[in-house]
Amino acid sequence: MRVRPTTRRRQLAVTTSLVLAGTLLTACGGDGGKPTLNWYINPDGQDTLNQLAEDCSTDEYDIEIQLLPSSATDQRTQLARRLAAGDSSTDLMSLDPVFVPEFASAGWLEPFTGELADQVLDDDVLEGAAQTVQWQDEIVAAPQWSNTQVLWYRKSLAEAAGLDMTTPVTWEQVIDAAASQNATVGVQANKYEAYVVWINALIQGAGGDILDPETVEDGRDAEVTIDSDAGEAAAAVIQMLADSGAAQADFTTSNEGTSLGQMYPEDGPGEFMTNWTFVYQNYAGAVGEPGGPPDEAALEDLGWVRYPQTVAGEESRPPIGGITIGVGAFSENVEFAQEAATCVTSPEAQTQLAVNEGLMPSRQSVYDSPELAEAYPADLLELYSDSVDTGGPRPKSAYYSQISSAIQSRWHSPTSVDPASTPQESAEFLKAILSGEALL
Amino acid sequence: MSTATKPPTAPKPAKKARPPKAVESQRSRAETNLARKLVAPAIVLMLLVTAFPMLRALYLSLFSYSLTAPDDREFVGLSNYVTALSDKLFWQDTGNTVLIMLVTVFFELVIGFAFALVMHRLIFARGVVRTSILIPYGVITVVSGFAWQFAFSNNNGFVNGWLPFIGDDFNWFAQYDSSMIAIMASEIWKTTPFMSLLLLAGLAQISEDMIEAAKVDGATWFQRLFKVILPNMRGAIMVAVLFRALDAYRIFDNIFVMTAGANGTESISFLTYRQVVEQFQLGIGSALSVLLFLSVLVVAFVIVKVFRVNLADARQES
Repeated sequence: MRVRPTTRRRQLAVTTSLVLAGTLLTACGGDGGKPTLNWYINPDGQDTLNQLAEDCSTDEYDIEIQLLPSSATDQRTQLARRLAAGDSSTDLMSLDPVFVPEFASAGWLEPFTGELADQVLDDDVLEGAAQTVQWQDEIVAAPQWSNTQVLWYRKSLAEAAGLDMTTPVTWEQVIDAAASQNATVGVQANKYEAYVVWINALIQGAGGDILDPETVEDGRDAEVTIDSDAGEAAAAVIQMLADSGAAQADFTTSNEGTSLGQMYPEDGPGEFMTNWTFVYQNYAGAVGEPGGPPDEAALEDLGWVRYPQTVAGEESRPPIGGITIGVGAFSENVEFAQEAATCVTSPEAQTQLAVNEGLMPSRQSVYDSPELAEAYPADLLELYSDSVDTGGPRPKSAYYSQISSAIQSRWHSPTSVDPASTPQESAEFLKAILSGEALL
Repeated sequence: MSTATKPPTAPKPAKKARPPKAVESQRSRAETNLARKLVAPAIVLMLLVTAFPMLRALYLSLFSYSLTAPDDREFVGLSNYVTALSDKLFWQDTGNTVLIMLVTVFFELVIGFAFALVMHRLIFARGVVRTSILIPYGVITVVSGFAWQFAFSNNNGFVNGWLPFIGDDFNWFAQYDSSMIAIMASEIWKTTPFMSLLLLAGLAQISEDMIEAAKVDGATWFQRLFKVILPNMRGAIMVAVLFRALDAYRIFDNIFVMTAGANGTESISFLTYRQVVEQFQLGIGSALSVLLFLSVLVVAFVIVKVFRVNLADARQES
């Protein structure tokens, strides 16, 4: 029988449709095999994190690394965009501690409960790190690594200035010592988050807080306490450095990287510098290179002590940073993701991150481990763990981003900071921002 | 005797015959119905993608609402508008936006018109010249922003070297005035070709007979330009200015790339972006976006009024 062309075309169309529909259905349905957990990481320590993802994958699930942008602001924005849309593919995420209250308050983090909660936050976790993962009596993230700041300096410089570094030093002493030797003091005073880190540490070091710790989690109703003696003491330190000869040339735009080069200048006595824990590995790995210690003897000249005191006699509160692991509330594999979170934050994982990447642990047992004892000087490890244990977190608020921007807008430029007016003006502005009566 | 003859009266214009009322056939009605059905999905889709976000923004602007504190969400009526309109920052950013719009559109109009004249009168290599002039418009704004940021950089840029009255280490992005100049230079470079393209279309529509007649009457080049060419291009100029002014009013990319709003160089779009995307303040951010929308309407209205052009005439409709 002769087949009419139209009939043949129809058969072809039907066959093509069936094939296409089959393909689409297969694509939608997945292979029904073991799930893949997406872990969004910031770009620090990628090699070890990739290894951890592989090691912590099991017969039940695979962990796949997804890279976030390098800037903390962009990381927060990208994760928030996904989570605000209820993205079910965000299983695990590396979170800067300041994002945790915001994300937890928005309901984007799945809290750890029961045995898992006991596992991620036991007595071994240092106090400063433990505080960063709790929100309204729930454990909403697992601490993975901790960052803190110490005072880095040249031993020869301190000696020449006659500054005894075996006892706690104050900001005033450090600034005077640097100025007396034509040296400088490196800080982070650009208009960005790290400047708020400095201001917060100065205020807490004087026994105060930006927001009342009792009400800080109350969001818009939090009590603003920056206009206080502690706020004035903090402003006085900033003013003192701005007015002294110890301020670096790029003081108002300085960041974590800009002051590194002043420790080993071609000419000059070096510097005092408050900075994060990465500094040690940075200099240790740059002996003989531009910007680094010219030789091993110069590296031996690098000293470290606890963060300076704002007020003489009152213990300093070093800044706390690091990374915590959150589990997305909309993940389709919450249980697996939380299990994976405990694995990538385990003592073994923290040891690898510290030894390979210089990302310091949040657990005391890891600081005491033989691997770290081999990789770092004993007194430096003790200083780090002590600083993380007794450091001070930034305000734990669902409005942290606004609080930080409000502080930056009234405390920058550091050369304009005045103890008599800046704390008061910033308190008024902060109140207006929290109550939605002003624009940032 | 002369006989006065009645001058012939001009014939009355014939009354326009009204076309007989068309009786809509059943087939015609069916076609209309089918057309409506075919167009309906597109209209629904358009409403979803345009009207819905606008209405949603209007609704959200009545709330105090932070994405990170959903429990604090509270109806505050017009309070967000009052906050925005009474805040110094809003007016400072609006001022920046208007300044950028006025300066860039003025320079783009002058330079763009010169380019249009060149392109219009070219006899040879017309394609090459036109393409060369239009190249900047093909560059993505973010890329152009980065290119100009590098150009103005005091470390590796060439602008300081080219300008004899500027020191080699002058930092263009350290203060307000020079930052704004850099932003506007980038904007002008990028969009002047667009302006010249629209003006070229206007130039092409002017009858050569009119220009020839003016020449015969002894009009100079300037007289021909100001008495013949420009008045006849009013519609095209208005369209060009309107398009570019509205485009300039929502300036974002160049500021984002070059200064990130530092030194008070923020525009109103950038302020809105920061409230919504960086601060997660959906309430006040929505209020700002509504205000931005309304101000764009005002700008469009003012430009149409200033040029006193009937848009139907400009399109040469009867």
